Amino acid sequence: MTAFKTFLAIIGLCLAVTLGFVAIAWRAPIDPVSPPSASGFDPALVRRGAQLAAAGNCSTCHTAPGGRAFVGGRALPTPFGTIYSTNITPDPVTGIGRWPEEAFRRALAEGVDRAGRHLYPAFPYDHFRLLTRDDARALYAFFMTREPVSATPSANEVAFPLNVRMLLAGWKILFLRQGSYQQNPAQSEAWNRGAYLAEGLAHCGACHTPRNRLGAEKASERFAGGEVEGWNAYALNEASPAPVPWDADSLRFYLTNGWHDAHGVARGPMAAVVDNLAAIPDADMKAIATYVASIAGEVSAERRRAAEALIANTRNPTGQSIVGTEASGENIFYAACASCHEGDRGLPFGGVNLALSTGPSGPNPDNVINVVLWGLPPADGARSPVMPGFAGSLSDQQLVALLSYVRSRFSDKPAWANLDKEVRDAKSGGRPSSVYPAHGIDPAQATLNRGEEP
Amino acid sequence: MMERALPTRRSVLAGTGALVVSFSSVARALAQADTSQDDKPALPGSLKEYPLLDSWIRIDADGRVTIFTGKVELGQGIKTALLQVAAEQLDAPFASLTLITADTARTANEGFTAGSHSMQDSGTAIMHAAAQARAILLLEAARRLDVAEATLKTRDGAVIAADGRKLGYGELVADNLLHVEAQSRSPLKEPASFAIMGRSMPRVDIPAKVTGGAAYVQDLRLPGMVHARVVRPPSYGASLADVDTAAAEKLPGVLKVVRDGNFLAVIAEGEFQAIKAMRRLAAAAQWTEKPSLPKAADLASVITALASQDIPILDRRQDGVVAAKKLQATYTRPYQAHGSIGPSCAVAHWEDGNVTVWSHTQGVYPDRQAIAQMLRLSPDKVRCIHVEGSGCYGHNGADDAAADAALIARALPGRPVRVQWMREQEHAWEPYGPAMVTKVSAALDAAGDIVDWDYGVWSNTHSTRPGGAGALLAGQHMAEPFAPPTPKPMPQPEGGGDRNAIPLYRLPGARVVNHFLPAMPIRVSALRSLGAYMNVFSIESFIDELAQAAGKDPVEFRLKHLDDVRGRDAIMLAHDRFGWASFQKRPGSGRGFAFARYKNLAAYCAIAAEIEVERETGRARLIRAVAAVDSGQAVNPDGVTNQVEGAILQSASWTLYESVGFDDTRITSIDWSTYPILRFNAVPESIAVHIIDRPGQPFLGTGETGQGPAAAAIANAVADATGKRIRDLPLTRQRIKAAIGV
Amino acid sequence: MKIKVNGREHEVESDPDTPLLYVLRNDLALNGAKFGCGLGQCGACTVMVDNEAVFSCLTPLLVVQDREITTVEGLGSIDNPGPLQRAFIEEQAAQCGYCIAGMMMRAESLLQKNPHPSDGEIRAALEPNLCRCGTHMRILRAVRRAAELMRIAALGTAPRAP
Repeated sequence: MTAFKTFLAIIGLCLAVTLGFVAIAWRAPIDPVSPPSASGFDPALVRRGAQLAAAGNCSTCHTAPGGRAFVGGRALPTPFGTIYSTNITPDPVTGIGRWPEEAFRRALAEGVDRAGRHLYPAFPYDHFRLLTRDDARALYAFFMTREPVSATPSANEVAFPLNVRMLLAGWKILFLRQGSYQQNPAQSEAWNRGAYLAEGLAHCGACHTPRNRLGAEKASERFAGGEVEGWNAYALNEASPAPVPWDADSLRFYLTNGWHDAHGVARGPMAAVVDNLAAIPDADMKAIATYVASIAGEVSAERRRAAEALIANTRNPTGQSIVGTEASGENIFYAACASCHEGDRGLPFGGVNLALSTGPSGPNPDNVINVVLWGLPPADGARSPVMPGFAGSLSDQQLVALLSYVRSRFSDKPAWANLDKEVRDAKSGGRPSSVYPAHGIDPAQATLNRGEEP
Repeated sequence: MMERALPTRRSVLAGTGALVVSFSSVARALAQADTSQDDKPALPGSLKEYPLLDSWIRIDADGRVTIFTGKVELGQGIKTALLQVAAEQLDAPFASLTLITADTARTANEGFTAGSHSMQDSGTAIMHAAAQARAILLLEAARRLDVAEATLKTRDGAVIAADGRKLGYGELVADNLLHVEAQSRSPLKEPASFAIMGRSMPRVDIPAKVTGGAAYVQDLRLPGMVHARVVRPPSYGASLADVDTAAAEKLPGVLKVVRDGNFLAVIAEGEFQAIKAMRRLAAAAQWTEKPSLPKAADLASVITALASQDIPILDRRQDGVVAAKKLQATYTRPYQAHGSIGPSCAVAHWEDGNVTVWSHTQGVYPDRQAIAQMLRLSPDKVRCIHVEGSGCYGHNGADDAAADAALIARALPGRPVRVQWMREQEHAWEPYGPAMVTKVSAALDAAGDIVDWDYGVWSNTHSTRPGGAGALLAGQHMAEPFAPPTPKPMPQPEGGGDRNAIPLYRLPGARVVNHFLPAMPIRVSALRSLGAYMNVFSIESFIDELAQAAGKDPVEFRLKHLDDVRGRDAIMLAHDRFGWASFQKRPGSGRGFAFARYKNLAAYCAIAAEIEVERETGRARLIRAVAAVDSGQAVNPDGVTNQVEGAILQSASWTLYESVGFDDTRITSIDWSTYPILRFNAVPESIAVHIIDRPGQPFLGTGETGQGPAAAAIANAVADATGKRIRDLPLTRQRIKAAIGV
Repeated sequence: MKIKVNGREHEVESDPDTPLLYVLRNDLALNGAKFGCGLGQCGACTVMVDNEAVFSCLTPLLVVQDREITTVEGLGSIDNPGPLQRAFIEEQAAQCGYCIAGMMMRAESLLQKNPHPSDGEIRAALEPNLCRCGTHMRILRAVRRAAELMRIAALGTAPRAP
């Protein structure tokens, strides 16, 4: 064979592969329909859809900060560029108003829009594919009955060649499994319900599982922890850093209320998740808690004993005075932090007991740095924990000293490395983080303020 | 009720060769100047109780003028407004005037600075006293210059003769010149000639406040002053079983621990030392508590089940009424807090068996009397001086802090003791605005007019101000305690819980009953506008419901039922400036309107509001508000604007967010995280206040006129935006979302 | 302990864990920063530390030893008010006035970093500060006015173009 013929053969092969790929990757557009009238949907189905949308945390990604609900435009930074969420109101031109139910279902199950374009897995269809047809129908009913808003979100900022959507088909071949949730007969009904919701709509693993270089969740490290918007989403498996192990009851309380005395306060993106979860039925919340608790596996007796000892050593306001005038970590802690964090006011409105909080035991200092720097902003007109930020009052050096002290005093883990750099990056915006105000705490919950058992 | 105390410590000018202009010649002069607006035989304003002109005005030999008022600056700008009145009527340069506010040793007893009475009572008194003082000065100048009084003019603090001779007020004034009783008529200046009244003079207190000048009781620093903190009980009715004070006493700087029954406090040299000692002492104190608070979830039914005195305040029956439609509604309001931004503070100093207390109380005389009773002293041994605090919006912790300071300072005579309440203490122990329930039913005839009206309001008293040592926390907590006084209803037309319970509308048949509830499960007292906030919220919400049933525009419906001309003017002005007729509704937006005349005798206020409701979350945001206000003669228009803007924002915060939290034993809303209020993210795009100026008309109190109409305008706008009527305050995100549904 | 406030160094006797608020008010007799809550929730105590707005009620003395502290007294005097103070007086941006010094320091920090803030940026910057009297509209106007006055002042001191 001549070089030219070899060349032609290679071209031919590439063409064949490409055409083959395109054949696999291409998705037919589904014809648009006239926007269905909102009154045509059964109100009970719409309500069910609202609960499911809450479980799916749809509003958080599909709403820009300060923007109207579901209109999109929220920037989702990824290693591949910035993706902007889409307008999923039933606007006929800029939203999904002309999508038939079939197209909506396909988007959830296969990550393809009505026109046949592949969607970036920032939209976690690798989880949503688990949904049943009935649940997809309910979600469709919910979204079709929202207020249509005409608005075109910003275009994605993704560099070539990643902005060629068809390439996502390759990603899907590698990482997207098919099919809705399959019951595990060895587990209880509640566990299965929880698994269906947590793995599906609630897409917990999307934050709590580390990702590979291609941005897919590492199947072998499910729930081993992840990074999202500058926060560490703690491992939920046996690598959980929580000093006090979670169980179904504490998880249920935490996911319902956004805080737990023996674990801490939901902040960062988890605050938004918990806000939405307030709308799901109790039974579903219980189920999710059952499933998530099971991810960690059996808790060793040793770990259980250590946790009991920690809890038994209840907050003791030592009223300790500082020693000397040096701005040591210990002195800063007692001068600036102890009045709340070693006071007699428990969660949710007092300072969390740092010995029980997961933060100081985390794999990296990100979460603690975020909270110390930026605090917990107040909710809009609703009761919520408020913590001031210390970015202005503490110098980098003082922050490093404080963080070192907190790590060594409140956890049994090795010191965090590179605290200088971590603090610098956090303060400068080199490591950006989102700060979420909680939407608020139900007044009924405020009565637990007196440290009664939740 | 108001004592006519002859001040004992005042520097009464001893007369030596003083010329006192004879009573009759003064009367003759004043009778000739028949320009007084006031035709009442009684003396106007607080002159009734304090008719001597030098109770209000003193002129020094160097021409400096001191004005005395029994009212106090609360941040409402009253200092400036009163000085404007005095400067105008006296014809003295504004900058030459000083104002002395309430001080039991120096000023009249004008009761409390409350109820929007300051301009009506004190302003009126000062206006007339200043006008009459000017007349006396003219008379004296005429005598000295030997010319006819009519040829003289006054300007810039001097009397000027036609030939140019000039006598400054300081030269004219002699001992006791102003020590004469006021006449019932005054030669007031023509409003058209006003140079100072009616102008938005910059407030005299603001420059110091923005440049770090001492302005508040919190800024008082007296020689040798020490710092104290109170350790308050954890709940009402808690008793101090035991406290080991040793640990706290050993802390650096601690001077003394004061214990008197359940009253516990600590004094230290330094402020932070006092705080640390307070924390140590609080940790060592063992309290016995008992559950005594009502069930928060059932508050409305708890309120209406309390034993009540049923007082009809209106009973008008109309026979032959044919009702085409009948409606009824019940509205509820929770306890709401003053939430003063600066927790209460006071300084007290015992010397030689006398005590001086500096306090931001609204009433120095009643507080003095209560403190004297508490200390078992005669009142003349107690002096109470007002120093400004942060905005109080009614009866907050100020009086109690004053009592605390006096009681604590008694343990350390000779040293001024400063007591500062902590945030949690102010939130937990201040007396709240009472929880209230209103029930209303009405009938419309075939033409859509209201023909019958039935209204009942259930409420505790809206004043537990001192009035007796039993009204003070320290008085209740000490070892030999004083019983809280039996609450009594405040009679109409002022009213307490029934303030503004009688609508201004034309109602052929109407019955209004005040269900007065003496038993107070939670500590309550006066909060800005008292019952008017809830009554106007209820009435104006219901008027909208009636308008809707009648198929009428809400503003037209109100105008149809209102004969009061000034009220109609206010309504039409707000309607026009808001652009009511051309309002474009967008998804989620709504407009609402409300009107009331505060107490049916003070300022008129009509408000139109635009609200946006976020359907997915239920969050309501105030977009803009337009108000029309008629305060009679507006002394300082900017002051009126400031007060009404503030009322709208404060009322928006109450209406959308606020409710005191409690469990069966303790108040749980003890700081800003548990009692959130409006922050900048919820501030509207604009608030426009339009003033209808009525020169020559009596002053009408304006400080509280906005609260009720703002609440109802917001509620009506929420109803317009969502199509759902919510009748329970506050209109929280959860309530609105529940009403909207999915 | 030493402390540098409004450009001047001081030696103060207070304990190192004393919140800056009490050092300013009691050791240095400065009135601007006020006690509102001591919890970092209301901002009445706001001062600037090296141009960052902080809650002085939660900033202990020992962490500000080498820092520059600015209070409202450092922005001008009653006889010679600075642009921010002039703006607040012009706009009559106060009712009781208790929150205002804290508001001003928060605003000063914003304007130093961002001389042309939008309305939204001003609101976001002032979020940590509470006003109970409802003076918010005027405070916003005063901050906008202050930005204008500062820009005018800057123009006056800028070198003229040739």
